[in-house]
Amino acid sequence: MSISFDNALGLHEEALRFRSQRAEVLANNIANAETPNYKARDLDFNAVLAAQQGADAESAALAVSRTDQQHIAIDGLIDQVAGLRYRNALQPAVDGNTVDSEVEKAAYTQNAIDFQASFTFLNSKFKGLMTAIKGE
Amino acid sequence: MSLDKVFDIAGSGMSAQSLRLNTVASNIANADTVSSSVDETYRARNPVFATIFNSQQAAGGSLFSPDQQAGDGVSVLGIVESDASLEPRYEPDHPMANEEGYVYYPNVNVVEEMANMMAASRSYQTNVEVMNTAKTMLQRVLTLGQ
Repeated sequence: MSISFDNALGLHEEALRFRSQRAEVLANNIANAETPNYKARDLDFNAVLAAQQGADAESAALAVSRTDQQHIAIDGLIDQVAGLRYRNALQPAVDGNTVDSEVEKAAYTQNAIDFQASFTFLNSKFKGLMTAIKGE
Repeated sequence: MSLDKVFDIAGSGMSAQSLRLNTVASNIANADTVSSSVDETYRARNPVFATIFNSQQAAGGSLFSPDQQAGDGVSVLGIVESDASLEPRYEPDHPMANEEGYVYYPNVNVVEEMANMMAASRSYQTNVEVMNTAKTMLQRVLTLGQ
């Protein structure tokens, strides 16, 4: 019996990757807080999760198909397009910018905490594997 | 790891904001720089920001249109001079006065510049915090399995 990392780590590996990509999107919003006509974006967890699980037809087209046994499977390609959404601005600026610094900062901080949570889960999975290997 | 990109993005934001601070400093420093003709008078300068989109992928251009990607930070397209009218003042005793006795003052609005300065420094601060948080996240990742 061999250890399958996919089964052992579960969703948390993907969740961690999603969080880091969301951090990127939110950081971009904050960096562009003063750019005229910039529209704030965010990644929708549910949409990305659905796309990841193959439920979304649009993302299925983007998936790499393997036509030969020797082709190497690519996994872990998070489809950003599936979850990238424009934010509904409460008070857009006169120059067309929809970034609300406070909202973005809050989302970024929350995302960082979520990242830590996902990481803690992943870490404990690894610790479990280590315990299984050592058998102590 | 895509968290590395957060550093680039926050860094681009910081450099854009510091350039904005530079223009503010230049504007305030030159707020009283007079001259005897309209052409030579200092005009308020402002940077123009634009979002950077990923365009340098190996396959020649990004797979996604700008509409489908989140962007890679902010860049300064250029610096524009304000078109607001200059302020001619009748000061015949001024050494820079022209034949009619007028000197031209720059179109710098100092109050506006101060507000601009505060907005720039706040933005800069926020970007620093973003970078700091990303650093904490990355440091945490390094402890995986320990």
